[in-house]
Amino acid sequence: MTAEFGLAALWFAATLAVLQIALSVIALRRVRADVAAAMRPVAIVQGALVAVAMAALIACFLGSDMSVALVAANSHSAKPWLYKFAGAWGNHEGSMLLWVTILGLAGAAVAQFERRLPERTLIATLGAQAAIALGFYAFLLIASNPFARADPAPRDGAGLNPLLQDPGLAFHPPTLYAGYVGLSVAFSFAVGALVTRDVGPVFARAMRPWVLGAWVFLTLGITAGSYWAYYELGWGGWWFWDPTENASLMPWLAATALLHSVSVLATRDGLRAWTIMLAVVAFSMSMIGTFLVRSGILTSVHAFAVDPTRGSFILALLVIYIGGALALFGARVGTVRQGKLFDPLSREASLVVNNLLLSVILGVVLIGTFYPIVAGAWGVQLSVGAPFFDKTVGPLALILVAVMAAGPLMRWRRDEAAAVIERLQWPIAAALFAGVGVFVLGGWIGVLPTAGIALAGGLAVASVAPLAKRNLRRAPLTLWGMVIAHLGVAVSLAGMAASSAFTTERLAAVYVGDPVQVAGFTVTLDGVRPVIGDNWTALEAKLSVREGDDAPFVLAPQVRYFTTPVTTTNESAIATLAGGQLYTVLGALGDDGRWQLRLWWKPFVTLIWLGGAMIAAGGALSIVGHQRRGWQRRRRRAEQEWWA
Amino acid sequence: MVGVKRWLVWLPLCAFGIIVVVVMWGLYLPADRTVYSAMAGKPLPAFNLPPAVAGKPGLSDRDFRQGKPRLLNVFASWCIPCIAEAPQLLTLKAAGVAIDAVAIRDTGPAITAFLRRNGDPYARIGDDATSRLQLALGSSGVPETFVVDGQGVIRMQHVGDIRAEDVAKLQQALAEAERGE
Repeated sequence: MTAEFGLAALWFAATLAVLQIALSVIALRRVRADVAAAMRPVAIVQGALVAVAMAALIACFLGSDMSVALVAANSHSAKPWLYKFAGAWGNHEGSMLLWVTILGLAGAAVAQFERRLPERTLIATLGAQAAIALGFYAFLLIASNPFARADPAPRDGAGLNPLLQDPGLAFHPPTLYAGYVGLSVAFSFAVGALVTRDVGPVFARAMRPWVLGAWVFLTLGITAGSYWAYYELGWGGWWFWDPTENASLMPWLAATALLHSVSVLATRDGLRAWTIMLAVVAFSMSMIGTFLVRSGILTSVHAFAVDPTRGSFILALLVIYIGGALALFGARVGTVRQGKLFDPLSREASLVVNNLLLSVILGVVLIGTFYPIVAGAWGVQLSVGAPFFDKTVGPLALILVAVMAAGPLMRWRRDEAAAVIERLQWPIAAALFAGVGVFVLGGWIGVLPTAGIALAGGLAVASVAPLAKRNLRRAPLTLWGMVIAHLGVAVSLAGMAASSAFTTERLAAVYVGDPVQVAGFTVTLDGVRPVIGDNWTALEAKLSVREGDDAPFVLAPQVRYFTTPVTTTNESAIATLAGGQLYTVLGALGDDGRWQLRLWWKPFVTLIWLGGAMIAAGGALSIVGHQRRGWQRRRRRAEQEWWA
Repeated sequence: MVGVKRWLVWLPLCAFGIIVVVVMWGLYLPADRTVYSAMAGKPLPAFNLPPAVAGKPGLSDRDFRQGKPRLLNVFASWCIPCIAEAPQLLTLKAAGVAIDAVAIRDTGPAITAFLRRNGDPYARIGDDATSRLQLALGSSGVPETFVVDGQGVIRMQHVGDIRAEDVAKLQQALAEAERGE
């Protein structure tokens, strides 16, 4: 019954999306002006209905309703409740439903909260948002019905991929999707603005919080996903240049470029066409990412579906939406009035360079991700991996960091070279100090890691420089946001460079009682014992770790055996210490009675995710700052009107 | 839009069009999940490994330039699939194929025990304690097997364990290497 209820809600939501498109066309063609008043409520109800559908699916999973085919195929009655709950989106149909749920809710949020956008642009925006939603409703209802019944219903279900049975599943997909799909708002804004030809600072200020919000979620989702892969997959790596990771990185790169160019448009009224273009590209990258993961064109942990029919369906949607938006861009952007111009040495110019570099990196990642498919078409099978991306993206990212350090220290519109160099004295000194320091202390670690650490030092100083000589309490929140986000990039970069250069790895086969040395730690295998979990059994090693004369602490890595489906996973045990992380993995038992142990000492690796969290926090602070500024401006105006 | 060429605004649409064509090609192409080697046709890297076990010689690239094709098996005593492929290696050896090996991150006693349990198809075993040769060979894991012709040129890279159905494929590659095709 719950399943049919959810399906009905989904059909109603799709119907409302059709109505919403029709209303926006009628209002924009000025057939009848009064229908525009219905736009907002329709969008809100549509969002509520799709949320009801998602809730119904979650209820089916929580109640282990095995008569629903999706539950039977992906859940098991003996699974802990958290994984029953999160399992609702740990599969193809459920994750697509989550996707449209966030899409519908984003549209509802725009209808409920957006007050700054000009009326006609808002109508066009809500129409565009409904058009996107309609396509994905159709995809769910026609090609991927999550509520289909299984007949006969099995008793227990097939279980969830054990790699996904982790608290991370409860947070990673919703956060990432909020970012992915949140960008649809920027896309719809851009389409709306192209329809009404109304691009300017007001439009940019209206769009900015939505872009920032999506970007914050995307940053959190990627950071959390990276940490999840790091501890769950047991390889000790934090980024694999896996196509599905690239699929999340590409919208992030576009969104990062977009939020910087939207700032130029909001404050200086420049970069009009470019901002619109980026808004279209950012969500296009989200959709392409979805396509890559959901079409079965690539295989990985993330790809639940290997089904070319579904792939063709999503591809058709992509052609309609992205092709349509880009065609609209080509046809209309010439009629958008030129914005303000600026000098080659100015903050705007540095933001343009930043945007270009981000776009080039985006292009490289895009080509690297698609190249195996292109090569495959010519009969050459190959895979593009870390060596390609490290060599190409690495240097570009470092140049980007250098520009990032200098940009905020330049004035808007025009600046003097001598003055900029003077302001950059301290950052340059810090970069040299960090670079030379790491060489003196750690020896030659290669060009990229050394440059990375040097630039991280320079960027750290440059990021806080705008706060110098300022009353810290009166500095605007938006400035704090930028400082913290940029500092986060420096922190993350330092972590990446240092951990890649100084990681020590030790592979050992030991008898119980044998000590192993790794990077100044003495790790002793005290014993291995069986443990029983909710739906798994495991062998758990007790490792006592001693550093110098300190009291030892215990780490307990496991090899877990799941029965539904039958799988083995390595649960690493990680100790986070002041200088980095000690990462331990238990391997197999050899015939000679020795256990395999993999031990890594990863200095400063924690900084990578700390930096990611700082970047997201900076973005969040910036949203609050902009909203507060807008609120204060409105209040001041109200007071002036009262006096007058 | 002053200063921006008219055709430039259509560039994004063209780029997207190319992506769509590429993707459609990939979508309807039959999936092939094999990892193909970039090493095929390249000479073996120069190496000279010490013996891994007592009583068997070590391995150098010169051993592969004696005019007859050989198999180079990358294995380790701690690797489970290596046990699974041992019978196939013995079959190949019985058919007269010369097989050399590189032991990855291993110790002499462990290898001796492994060979005692699973049979010993190898003429020589080189000790690659740090995975240096393994990386130079473009090998990403154990086991892997290379068909090397009599001039020391890699003809084929087989990734993963040798299954019973792979034996004929390897023999064919060896025969082709011998004929110099």
